[in-house]
Amino acid sequence: MKKRQSAETAVAPALFDRVFKPKTVTLPNGHTVLQPVSRTPFIAAVVIAVVLISAKMTGFSFKILFERGHQLGYILGRIFHPNWDYFKGFWVEENRAETMKLMNALFDTIKMSVMGSVIGATLALPVAVLSSTNINKNRFAVWTLRILLMIIRTLPTLIIAKFAALIFGLGTFAGTVAIIVFTFGIVAKMMYESIETIDMGAFEATESFGANKFQSFWSACMPQILPTYLSYCLYSLEMNIRAAAILGYVGAGGLGILINEVIGWRDYESLGAVLLALFVVVFIIENTSETLRKKLS
Amino acid sequence: MAKKERLLNPDRPLTIEEAYALRPRLWWLYTLIVLVIAALLGWSGSAINFKGFASKGIVIAKGVGNGLIHPDTGLLFNLTTEGVPYQLLQTVAIAVLGTLIGGVLAIPFSFLACDRIVPKWVAVIFRAVILGIRTIPSLVWALVWIRVTGPNAFCGVVTESVCSIGMICKMYINAIEDVDTKILESLDAAGCNGFEKVRYGMLPQIIPNFISTVIYRFDINVKDATTLGIVGAGGIGAALIQCMNSSRWSMVGAYLFGLVALMIIIEIFSTRVRNRLARG
Repeated sequence: MKKRQSAETAVAPALFDRVFKPKTVTLPNGHTVLQPVSRTPFIAAVVIAVVLISAKMTGFSFKILFERGHQLGYILGRIFHPNWDYFKGFWVEENRAETMKLMNALFDTIKMSVMGSVIGATLALPVAVLSSTNINKNRFAVWTLRILLMIIRTLPTLIIAKFAALIFGLGTFAGTVAIIVFTFGIVAKMMYESIETIDMGAFEATESFGANKFQSFWSACMPQILPTYLSYCLYSLEMNIRAAAILGYVGAGGLGILINEVIGWRDYESLGAVLLALFVVVFIIENTSETLRKKLS
Repeated sequence: MAKKERLLNPDRPLTIEEAYALRPRLWWLYTLIVLVIAALLGWSGSAINFKGFASKGIVIAKGVGNGLIHPDTGLLFNLTTEGVPYQLLQTVAIAVLGTLIGGVLAIPFSFLACDRIVPKWVAVIFRAVILGIRTIPSLVWALVWIRVTGPNAFCGVVTESVCSIGMICKMYINAIEDVDTKILESLDAAGCNGFEKVRYGMLPQIIPNFISTVIYRFDINVKDATTLGIVGAGGIGAALIQCMNSSRWSMVGAYLFGLVALMIIIEIFSTRVRNRLARG
């Protein structure tokens, strides 16, 4: 009888296969193959254990959900009956003040996220170039930059905004700083990942003509990464509008201040109006940016 | 001039000078982009007024720096419910349950919002519902749920599960739309029944995508769970914000230290699992 090793046992078997020995199956033609034990029960057991522990730690209970679930409708119902006074100001004189307040906060949010996205994305480009392994050959510098970027990305935006508000004082500037940091981290990461996939042939060719590193990057790599870069910028703008809306919660300007205020008054109808305005803006910006991004790719 | 000649004689190979003269010129596109960005910056600059540092800004900045360099190690390795490890574990627990529930709830939503499966008008309605869920910020969802659950970690779980639905659905729908239906046809031709077609034709195609989406969202949810603490929905955020408000920077340092370490571990883990799933 001929014995043949299956491809999996040729490489060093994984720990799992050494603990649970694979089953040997003899085929009708005399060959034997090893059938590894299915890992699904093992993974399922781990997942169930993790879920049970988490449920215990967080005090998850279906009983509370069923008994008090109807309370959910109370606030949601009021949110879905928005206070139209906020929008009447466009044509009724006496509501002008409320409308102006809402519109100012809304435009502050948009301005914060536009400014933050542009500055953050601009700062991200050189850093992304320096932290991609195919352009920067210095391993140490690349990894230092990458670890720095990773740390920046792990900080929650709201915490950064809180820090900025403490340092720069309450207002839109603190929010803009938070958005710059957030955009910088995320765009730089996405960019170095895509810079590493570009075709370096043209770069080498221009370098061999006698261009320096910067010139050859500008003329050979820039055209390749520009569409991706712009599309990432638009994507981060989309995310930032949403993020900027809640930054005001820690005093960093924009719609969040208004949201915080109406929640403080338990005025959920007004909250509905504010959210409706946000919904319209997010919808318009997302659709515009999606169309533009489709054109870019 | 080179262009005109090229039109008259299209088969002749180009010299280098001619190829250079015929290079694509996109200067108008670049000018347009620069103009648009400049206009946006000018417009948005009006809202951002830098008034210098706050009165105690420099002191606070120094305190933050100090706290980050000298984190409160007693708190960092304190194993009671007050300590950083327990708080982090609770944050992760919130994210695990929230992501799982969200991932399960998103399945019916995404099938109902996919216009390859249901009639167009049903899909449009469900897409609008999903967009509505997504627009309400997570902090507002937390406030809505606090009325049901009270201010505790349970509130964080339900908030995360609702907030996850939006993004998970978007990616589920993409996965469902990418399903190769030719496989179903060939299984049909081989005589498989409906269950077998779903089991061997559909599930192997969508399950890896779904799991990958859920793990990706788990990454985001851990980060979100830290901020939900601000409104009292459990996790590490509540303690962190309290310390920041009372300027106990060494404690802030300890919390941030733990948070960054946790996030880095989770990101490495999730990237590895998702790479394995993508390779099959």
